[in-house]
Amino acid sequence: MSALHHTLIFAAAFLAVFCQSAFGGLRHLLGAQIDLLPALMVYAALNAGLVTVMSFALFAGLLFDSLSANPLGTTVMPLLIIGVMIQFRRDLILRDQIFAQVLIGLLASAIAPVLSVLMLLSGRHEPLIGWGSLWQWIVMAVGGAVATPVLFFLFGWFNRTFGYRPVIETSFRDDREIRRGRN
Amino acid sequence: MLRRPHYFAVALVVLLTLLVLSLPASITARLKLAIGSLFLPLFGLTSGAQQASTKATDTLVPRGELARQNEVLRRENQQLRVQAIQSDELLRENNRLRQALGWEAQSPWKGRLKLAKVVSRDPANWWRTVQIDRGTKDGIKEDCAVLTPEGLVGKIYSVSLTRSQVVLVGDPSCKVAALVENDVRDGGVVGPGGPFDGSFATMKHLSRNANLKPGQNVVTSGLGGVFPKGIAIGKIADVHPSESSLTTDAQIKLNARLDALEEVWVLIKQ
Repeated sequence: MSALHHTLIFAAAFLAVFCQSAFGGLRHLLGAQIDLLPALMVYAALNAGLVTVMSFALFAGLLFDSLSANPLGTTVMPLLIIGVMIQFRRDLILRDQIFAQVLIGLLASAIAPVLSVLMLLSGRHEPLIGWGSLWQWIVMAVGGAVATPVLFFLFGWFNRTFGYRPVIETSFRDDREIRRGRN
Repeated sequence: MLRRPHYFAVALVVLLTLLVLSLPASITARLKLAIGSLFLPLFGLTSGAQQASTKATDTLVPRGELARQNEVLRRENQQLRVQAIQSDELLRENNRLRQALGWEAQSPWKGRLKLAKVVSRDPANWWRTVQIDRGTKDGIKEDCAVLTPEGLVGKIYSVSLTRSQVVLVGDPSCKVAALVENDVRDGGVVGPGGPFDGSFATMKHLSRNANLKPGQNVVTSGLGGVFPKGIAIGKIADVHPSESSLTTDAQIKLNARLDALEEVWVLIKQ
């Protein structure tokens, strides 16, 4: 995985948190804001190493909490748990299949808010929860499920467009060239 | 499969997170504002783009329409000036009577209101907070009341030099001492509403025999010490007994449109 790829994942997390905070179109339309960080974590966990997964959880979680009323660090733990769980079984996951991407995106986006709320409740905070939260949870899970393959496609496209192409090796070597003539 | 060094690394990050979570609130508030300031260029860019689009739209408005709007605003301004003369006189009279009774004089809001733009909303679905583009350099402090011409919006939760976080009415962290504008002036506390619809809040601890009807106005009572008396909050939409049946709860339709906030007024503390 190239440095560009790593930078792209972190930049995407930064932009995702900004967009979730600055633009409320989906919130007005669906009654809930879609969280893209679990979907990004799925991509990072399936395509990068554990160090990237951990630093992504820290970076994205702290960014999210800095714009939210969550206590700082609340979002780090759910993202870390999701990332480590996927890393643990990533050899068994068919990461190129859209169905697998959707399913893992759905699970990650469904687990992340539940873990965040559990963390808040265990810290004796009072998040706004009620029957309406069930709808918000469904919107977040489905939104994350849809976003995951889209993110895979976008990152793939970025990598193909801006990444280094592999050098095609040929059998030609100039030091082995048989030169005819006197020079 | 993860190797042993990986487990150590994960444990280290978990410990680091727990350490951040257990930091004192004052330190985490500063850390949050420091990390959040990374977004300032993007928020500035968004605000600049909005201003540019507004200017572009303004140039397209015909001159006749502008003249008509100008005339309407001029008349409205004259009306408000006449009303202000009357309210000044009422204020003087009120202060005289308060002085005669030995009550503390009410401080006027004039010159204490700061206009602020809403730059972002809470990305989490379980809080109702927004960030505004005013901070300590504009004289804003924690617990300042935030309002719109329609009614109460919330209060300042945390402040940095150039930004502040406003916790909105209906969030669990924003409880407002309020009273109903009926004959008895029933008092209660406006607290969190449901998570789904941000335009409602719940008024609790109302008397069981309270004479409440849908449509009655709810205003701040000034008892909590945070919000001045008399700011409109909303109207009663529904009344039902509380879970314990000892008190009455009322569903309040908020006056201010909290889901479409663009600009708010912050009442600076004296």
